Amino acid sequence: MKGTEKVRWHLIARFAILTALLGGLLALPALVEAQIAVRGNVVHPVSGPALEDGIVLVGADGRIEAVGPAGEVQVPDGVETLQAAVVTPGLVDARSVVGLAGYLNQPHDQDQLETSSAIQPELRAIDAYNAREELVGWVRSLGTTTLHTGHGPGSLMSGQTMVVKTRGDNVGEAVVDSVTMVAMTLGPEVSQMIPGGPGTRAKGIAQLRQQFVRAQEYQRRAGENGGGDRDLQMEILGRMLDGEVKALITANRISEIMAALRLAEEFGLDLVLDGAAEAYLVTDEIRAAGVPVIVHPTLARHSGTLEHGTYDAAKRLHDAGLEVTLQSGFEGYVPKTRVLLFEAGMAAAYGLSFENTLEAITLQAARIIGQDHRVGSLEPGKDGDLVLYDGDPFEYLTRVCTVIIEGEVVSDECR
Amino acid sequence: MTRTTLRSCSVGERYSLGERPSALAVGAFLVAALLLAGPLSAQEQPLAFQGATLVPIAGPPIQDGVLVVHRGEITAVGAAGEVDMPGNAEVRDVSGMYIMPGMVDTHSHIGGGDGGDRSAPIHGEVRILDALDARHDRIRTARAGGVTTANIMPGSGHLMSGQTAYVKLRDGRTIYDLLLCDDVRTEICGGMKMANGTNPIGSPPFPETRARSAALVRAKFVEAQQYAGRVQDANGDPEQVPARNLELETLMEILDGRRIVHFHTHRHDDILTAIRLSEEFGFRVVLHHVSEAAMVAPEIAAAGVPSSIIVIDAPGGKLEAVNLTFDAGAALEEHGADVAFHTDDPITDSRVFLRSAGLSVRAGMSREAALEALTLAGARMMDLEDRVGSLEVGKDADFVLLTGDPLSVYTRVQETWIDGIRVFDLDDPEDRAYAVGGYGVTPDQGGHHHGMGGH
Repeated sequence: MKGTEKVRWHLIARFAILTALLGGLLALPALVEAQIAVRGNVVHPVSGPALEDGIVLVGADGRIEAVGPAGEVQVPDGVETLQAAVVTPGLVDARSVVGLAGYLNQPHDQDQLETSSAIQPELRAIDAYNAREELVGWVRSLGTTTLHTGHGPGSLMSGQTMVVKTRGDNVGEAVVDSVTMVAMTLGPEVSQMIPGGPGTRAKGIAQLRQQFVRAQEYQRRAGENGGGDRDLQMEILGRMLDGEVKALITANRISEIMAALRLAEEFGLDLVLDGAAEAYLVTDEIRAAGVPVIVHPTLARHSGTLEHGTYDAAKRLHDAGLEVTLQSGFEGYVPKTRVLLFEAGMAAAYGLSFENTLEAITLQAARIIGQDHRVGSLEPGKDGDLVLYDGDPFEYLTRVCTVIIEGEVVSDECR
Repeated sequence: MTRTTLRSCSVGERYSLGERPSALAVGAFLVAALLLAGPLSAQEQPLAFQGATLVPIAGPPIQDGVLVVHRGEITAVGAAGEVDMPGNAEVRDVSGMYIMPGMVDTHSHIGGGDGGDRSAPIHGEVRILDALDARHDRIRTARAGGVTTANIMPGSGHLMSGQTAYVKLRDGRTIYDLLLCDDVRTEICGGMKMANGTNPIGSPPFPETRARSAALVRAKFVEAQQYAGRVQDANGDPEQVPARNLELETLMEILDGRRIVHFHTHRHDDILTAIRLSEEFGFRVVLHHVSEAAMVAPEIAAAGVPSSIIVIDAPGGKLEAVNLTFDAGAALEEHGADVAFHTDDPITDSRVFLRSAGLSVRAGMSREAALEALTLAGARMMDLEDRVGSLEVGKDADFVLLTGDPLSVYTRVQETWIDGIRVFDLDDPEDRAYAVGGYGVTPDQGGHHHGMGGH
């Protein structure tokens, strides 16, 4: 054997060993650590086309290891496989107050709105979230695994929002992102809700502009001389000016929507429109601004600033080329929350395609709340959040039978 | 019967002008109106719908069915080939659609009405029919949801907030076009709204506790019993007859079993209180909301008391509704109690009334009971089961054309018919706006609130 050949064989052998080792590294976790498998007659990864007889394999780290047709994904021995008619990613609720607005609707469990003054962006959602609140379990049992929740509408700036998973005994176990957006409202309800607040909408906008101008000054001073005394409110407003924390503005009427776009443009805010009952009348302006819309729950009562709302809002806005998602939203009275899955049913029933509806309440919502790297679709490496149904997810008669968060079954009662 | 009712709208116009016609004048007017009935009536020519799946409620669904209506009544229902099609019938092919009876909403607040004021907790003499707007846009949205008959009620902020109105959601000019009675002075035109639990509790003159709530109601019914006794003892003698008391006269109708009490009640103990009162005074009661029905379903069934329930997206929102889930219908059905649904519009929207059945079947109710709960069961709770609530020969031609299975989220109400007249058509742009919403379609007019809590 010539030396060169020897070297070659040596290289080949080393390559083979390396390949085997690499293969072992890839295969081994599946053999030893795969935690749970879900097999569905139809699996909707959302990031790609639906799979007939698909399997999703979730690892012990709670992340998805594999998604594919049953013939291509090997479920290791000893790993439990759950069966379902339909499987989707865990649902992502882009706007909720669940965990802050309790279901008793008594003063002691209503933490979504502080009325002592109209501008309080320094209020943190993590300081008010009750992970054991009844409605957290309710929405979880109906498929919601990720909640963008926090301070509610009703004040010019009611406080911060955050992202949680619908599990855990306390906020620390639930939280995914502790500061996501600041909740703002531009409608006439501010004057009704906040005793010392602005008496008119125009006055409210002026107060907001003044506060953002102060924040710009605060940033400038901080940059020049290292800053003076810390001001929590100015700090969070500064993060909004930097685009690091989004402005979630509840605006239903045309005038409110236009004012929100104006504010965002003037101060460079990263705007997300909430509610947007009359958005179908100003879609060109919203599209030009590149602003996503979390459309109001269509099952919410169409009174007050929702009086001109429509059941086909999601379809109309989607057809107009806007980024649209849905929400469970805020309710002042029975019920204290809508249900994302039922809102999706309304959107689908009133013209949004099945695929677009499902994407709206998963991947699209995840994008808007900045979590599409973790949730919203069934892809290897993403969180193992899944919902198992016994039929078309949006049908009244279909039940959610299992909910899985990061590989752990968190609900297994058909509801 | 239908045509007689249509007559009354003309009488109503007279009333609305402020006149109080004598009985003779009314009679003469009725005769005249009968003679001129043509233009007001539904189709002179029989109208047949063929090819649809019929959901008669009175019997099992009929594939490829035929429904014939004529002069405001149903004249034939059955499978194709088994129905004698009138030779002169106008035939519409509605293959692929479903036809079910017009829906009966046992508890609604559409029409902008009101009831008793804050001067007292009991207002038996107050009639909501005196405050209803027949042209209110919420009546149009209710038609878009397939509702054809409704029990329009005053609110729940009183122990007894007033007399309810049984109406059909006809395209009317005045309240008389909608009412199911012909003479509001001599007939029973609705039920009586009562409530217990937290809503009627307040500061004086309202009760502060549940026990006082019950005591005030008992005292009022005892007063009515004594009044009834004096009326009976007088035996028509004008010298002996007690002075007229509108409230006690109305309560006598309740004691006689002619007027049904519609009793708002949520908590299991309040439900039993309502039943206890009905048994003590022998009045007919329909329990409304009945949020904790699943806890006392055997007791409700044993009492033979019907329940009109609401289906809400999530439990809570008020203390009494913390156990309100989708399973009340299934629990009541399981124990053999009669169940109907209601919207409590605006608490839930009449346009999605079908949801009540869908979500209840999701939670274990049978399909048959759920569909009956949207229709015939509600009619029974208003003593209207001989006229509405099912597709049966001789009943009013109130029906709904659906684009598919009534229990599917994707199904839309395509047409709503009342007394053989189409009052909603999804293909009509104006009607479609009421079904879907839009700018200026249903401007907020304030209206009914249930003592809103929270922020």
